[in-house]
Amino acid sequence: MTDLSTPHRSGTAMQTALRWLLYLILCLFALYYLMPLFVMLTTSLKSLEEIRTGSLVALPREITFEAWKTAWSGACTGIQCEGLRPYFWNSILLAIPAVLISTLIGALNGYVVAQWRFKGSNLFFSLLLFGCFIPFQVVLLPMARMLGMMGLAGTIPGLIFVHVIYGIGFTTLFFRNYYVTVPNELVKAAKVDGAGFFRIFWSIFLPLSLPIIVVTVIWQFTQIWNDFLFGVSFSQAGTQPVTVALNNIVNSTTGVKEYNVDMAAAIIAALPTLLVYVVAGKYFIRGLTAGSVKG
Amino acid sequence: MVEWFERHLPKMVLAPSFVAIMVFVYGFIGWTAWVSLTRSRLLPKYEIEGFFQYGRLFDTPRWDTAMNNLFIFGLLFIGISMLLGLLIAILLDQKIRTEGVLRTIYLYPMALSLIVTGTAWKWILNPGLGVESVVRGWGFESFKFDWLVNPDLAIYTVVIAGVWQASGFVMALFLAGLRSVDEEIIKAAQVDGIPTTRIYSAIIIPSMAPIFLSAFIVLAHLAIKSFDLVIALTGGGPGYATDLPATYMYAMAFSRGDIGQAASSAMIMMMVVFAIVVPYLYSELRAKND
Repeated sequence: MTDLSTPHRSGTAMQTALRWLLYLILCLFALYYLMPLFVMLTTSLKSLEEIRTGSLVALPREITFEAWKTAWSGACTGIQCEGLRPYFWNSILLAIPAVLISTLIGALNGYVVAQWRFKGSNLFFSLLLFGCFIPFQVVLLPMARMLGMMGLAGTIPGLIFVHVIYGIGFTTLFFRNYYVTVPNELVKAAKVDGAGFFRIFWSIFLPLSLPIIVVTVIWQFTQIWNDFLFGVSFSQAGTQPVTVALNNIVNSTTGVKEYNVDMAAAIIAALPTLLVYVVAGKYFIRGLTAGSVKG
Repeated sequence: MVEWFERHLPKMVLAPSFVAIMVFVYGFIGWTAWVSLTRSRLLPKYEIEGFFQYGRLFDTPRWDTAMNNLFIFGLLFIGISMLLGLLIAILLDQKIRTEGVLRTIYLYPMALSLIVTGTAWKWILNPGLGVESVVRGWGFESFKFDWLVNPDLAIYTVVIAGVWQASGFVMALFLAGLRSVDEEIIKAAQVDGIPTTRIYSAIIIPSMAPIFLSAFIVLAHLAIKSFDLVIALTGGGPGYATDLPATYMYAMAFSRGDIGQAASSAMIMMMVVFAIVVPYLYSELRAKND
C-alpha cells in the first residue's frame, strides 16, 4: 500500500486539501457507477406521463408500482403478454440443476487433476483450459443440430445440458487450483490407511472445500443466469430464460413504448445476481479474479 | 478386480468430461471448420469446396463493418477500461476509510447481465428523453447527443456501456496487484525521497505487468464475444452500423439461414481469439509445469 501523504511532504493544509480532493473524485466515480441503477429505479417508479414530461434524473413526483406489476405479470414478449414471471421461473429451473451438476463434476475433475495425476491428466487439463476460451459462436450450429437429434431442442433440459458442458472448464479450473495447494502426502497417508478414491474425497477434501464451492456456485450462477447467447439460440417461445424475455419486452415494437415497464423488468431480471453480489461479494470477486488471472 | 477398479477410478472419473470436451468443443470446432469450407446454405452440405465462403465473407460490406467495429470497440473498450481501472485502483489504494463500500459500488455492474446493462443505457442515451433532454433542460437548448441513432457514432455508445460494466472489474484486478507489491521497496524509495508519481511510474506499475496482461486478455476476450450488449443496446443498428462479428454470425445462423457464412465468420472469430489467448495460455501452462 502506498500513501500519497508521505512524511516528506510538508504543509498539512495542503495535505488535507488533497485528501478532500481524493474523496471528492472517488465519490464522483461512485456516482458514475450508481447513476444507471438510480435512473432505472426512478424511471420504474414513475408513470409514463411523468416520464414524458419530467427529467430523466428527477425523483418521481408520485411513486407508482404499476410498471412493476406489468413487468412481472403483464408485459408482452412478442405475442404473449404474461410478463417476466414465467421466464424468471424458467431461469431458476435451468440455473439450479446446471449450477449443481457442473459444480459437482468440476469438484471431482479438479480432485483428480490435482491429486490423482496420471499420464494424460495434464493434457486433459490443458485441453479443458483451451476450451474455456473458445467463442461459443463456433459451437452454436453443431450444438443446435445435436440438441435436435437428442430431442432436446428448445427445452430447458437442453439448455441445462449446454450450460453444464461449457461450464465444466471453469469449475474444474477452480477446484483444481484449490486442491493443488493440499499436500499430496495427505492422499498417500490415507491410502496407506486403506481409504479409497471416493472415501478420501468425501472425508478429507470435501470438508476443506466450502470456500471454493461457494466461489464456484456463485460464478456459475452468475454466468448461467446472465447468459443470453445460449438462451436465445436454443430455446423456444415457452422455455426462454429471463434475459431473452427481457430483451423481447424491451425490443417489442408493438404499442406505446413503456420505459417504466422496461426498467422494472430490467431490475427484476438483475435482482438475483445483484442479491448474490451484495450478500457474497467477497466470493464473487474471488471467482472473477481466479477465473481470469489463473485461467 | 476390485484393485484394478480402484487403480483406474481416477481415469474413469475424468472419462465422461474428456469425451464431452472432445465432442462438444473440439469435435464441434471441427464440424464448423468443415462446413465453413462447403457451399452450405440453409442446410449443411459436406462436399469441400475450398475457401469459397471466406471469399464471400470478405466481399460482404456488412462483415467489413463488423470487423471495423470490433477493432474500434475492442481498442477503446480495452484501453479506457484499463486506464479507468488503474486510475481508480491507485486512488482507492490511498488508505481510504470507506474503501469497502466504494469497491462494492464500483464493481456491482459486473454482476449484471449485459442485457440489463444494454437496456439501461439504451434508455439513458435515447435522444428524446435521455441525457440529451436533461442537458437541454439545464438551458443548453442546442445540445445534441444522438449517438445511439447516428450510424457513424452508435458504436461509441457500445463502448460507453461496455466500459461502465467492465472497468470496476479491472479496478479490482489492479487493486489486488497494487496490494501485492513489496512494501519494503516502496518504503525504501520513500526514504530516499523519490516523489510518489515516480514511485508509481518506475516501481509499482512496471511490477504489475502480469496483471496488465491478464486484464488485457480478459477484456479482449469479452470484446470479441460481445453479443448481448449490442443486441440489447442497438440491435446492431441503425441498419447494421453496430454489427460485430458475433451479431453477424448470429444473424447468418438463425435469421438469414446461411450456415456457410455463419460457420466461416465463427471460424474467423475463433482465430482472432486464439491469436490473442493461445500464446498467453501456453506461457501460463509452461510456467505451471516447470
